[in-house]
Amino acid sequence: MIWEKLTKIDRRYIFLFIGIVVLLPIVFNLKVSVKISDEVLSAYKEIDNLPKGSAVMISIDYDAASMPELQPMLKAILRHCFKKELKVILINFWPLGVPIGAQGLEEVAREFNKTYGVDYINLGYRPGDVAVMLRMGIDIKKVFYTDLSGRPLDSLPIMNNIKNYDDIGILVGLEAGAMGDAWIQYVGTRFKQKIILGVTAVMAAEQYPYLQAGQIVGLIGGLKGAAEYETLVNIPGTGLVGMASQTYAHLTIIFFIIIGNISYFVLRRKGKKK
Amino acid sequence: MLQRRIPLLITFLTGVIIVITFFIPHPPFGKLQDDALVWYSIILGFSMLIGVDSLLRFHYRRIARREKGFGFSFVFYAGFLACFITGIISEIKFGDAFAEGTSFRYLYDYILVPLQSTMFALLAFFVASASYRAFRARNFIATLLLITAVIVMLGRIPIGAKIPGITPLTDWILNYLQLGPARGIRIGIALGAISMSLRLILGIERTYLS
Repeated sequence: MIWEKLTKIDRRYIFLFIGIVVLLPIVFNLKVSVKISDEVLSAYKEIDNLPKGSAVMISIDYDAASMPELQPMLKAILRHCFKKELKVILINFWPLGVPIGAQGLEEVAREFNKTYGVDYINLGYRPGDVAVMLRMGIDIKKVFYTDLSGRPLDSLPIMNNIKNYDDIGILVGLEAGAMGDAWIQYVGTRFKQKIILGVTAVMAAEQYPYLQAGQIVGLIGGLKGAAEYETLVNIPGTGLVGMASQTYAHLTIIFFIIIGNISYFVLRRKGKKK
Repeated sequence: MLQRRIPLLITFLTGVIIVITFFIPHPPFGKLQDDALVWYSIILGFSMLIGVDSLLRFHYRRIARREKGFGFSFVFYAGFLACFITGIISEIKFGDAFAEGTSFRYLYDYILVPLQSTMFALLAFFVASASYRAFRARNFIATLLLITAVIVMLGRIPIGAKIPGITPLTDWILNYLQLGPARGIRIGIALGAISMSLRLILGIERTYLS
């Protein structure tokens, strides 16, 4: 009887357990330590090795749905860039990601007392995806005449020495969709642009062929990747807090899988005996 | 006759020009590519209008015919009009619809963002429930899937690093075991895309004309 019940646990109980284990670490601000993976370390080193004043282009290709995973990555990378005195150029290929990207950029820029137009810039969104990427390879100012707030790019000092990808040290694509593929296929291949991808956990496994082939120089996968980057930058953020929730959620799922399998085998054995 | 031949000719010329300019970005092809990319952006802008028109007509038909669930079409119209009107007003008044304090930004911050976040967050609950039901060691293949899933799940959390063998095993699964099939799938998709593009450029595939 008990085994039958354990084989068919009402999913509302599972939801309840998951809700509790996700919520508690956030409420109590629990943080866990993470082991740094090679792919995240490689991403960190690539940015770390850029000479002072180099430009890092960050593409916001996500919206609110993927914000819990990708926003901590954005903030950790921005903190790293500003610490290293690198110039940051933010662009968007998801229109609904524009305010999210701007919010993250402004927040971190304030922390480091950085000046808009000198140390960082937000170019906003332009429709056209691949067309925009390819045209930026010729001249960024031909695609983005103005920044997000409508100021001409020529009037902003940060863009004085930046014409196209030749002047961009590294491109970081924060991806919740297919734009990462486009960055690699069109910009990485054609313009030999160094690319780092930060992707959601479900997409991470698909990016390994690019990593192994050297088409990307670093991979930051999911919340774990964000937590690793935060650890490397040495400024803990929501990635590490979220990692605690993820840890307990994974353990809960594994627990339920084990329970389900034990009861399944007990019932199967009983069935055979009958 | 011309109705079919002219679009086919445009498709052929555009396709060939884009392919040539991609591999030879030097004059005179470089300029051609630049022009083609501008055209692409303009056409894409208009295709968005066509998309909006199609969506509005679709929901109008549902309401007119009183189809099952037509009430949701009213919700669509309400959402569409709210975003459209506040977007236009905010753009005119503040110069940027997403500027802080605009009504459009209010809708974005307090309706869209929570809705999107909730939809995605629900996945955690459904994944947990589905894993409990689906990961049963019913046969050899299911057992392999179950073991791999548990190893990777452990490998993606800090506690996994404390269990001997889990981290190298997870790395091995991600870097080798799944890499071959993943690469195969990607190459397959790329070959499929190339063959479909060739079919379109050469006019063999004509379904888009109907």
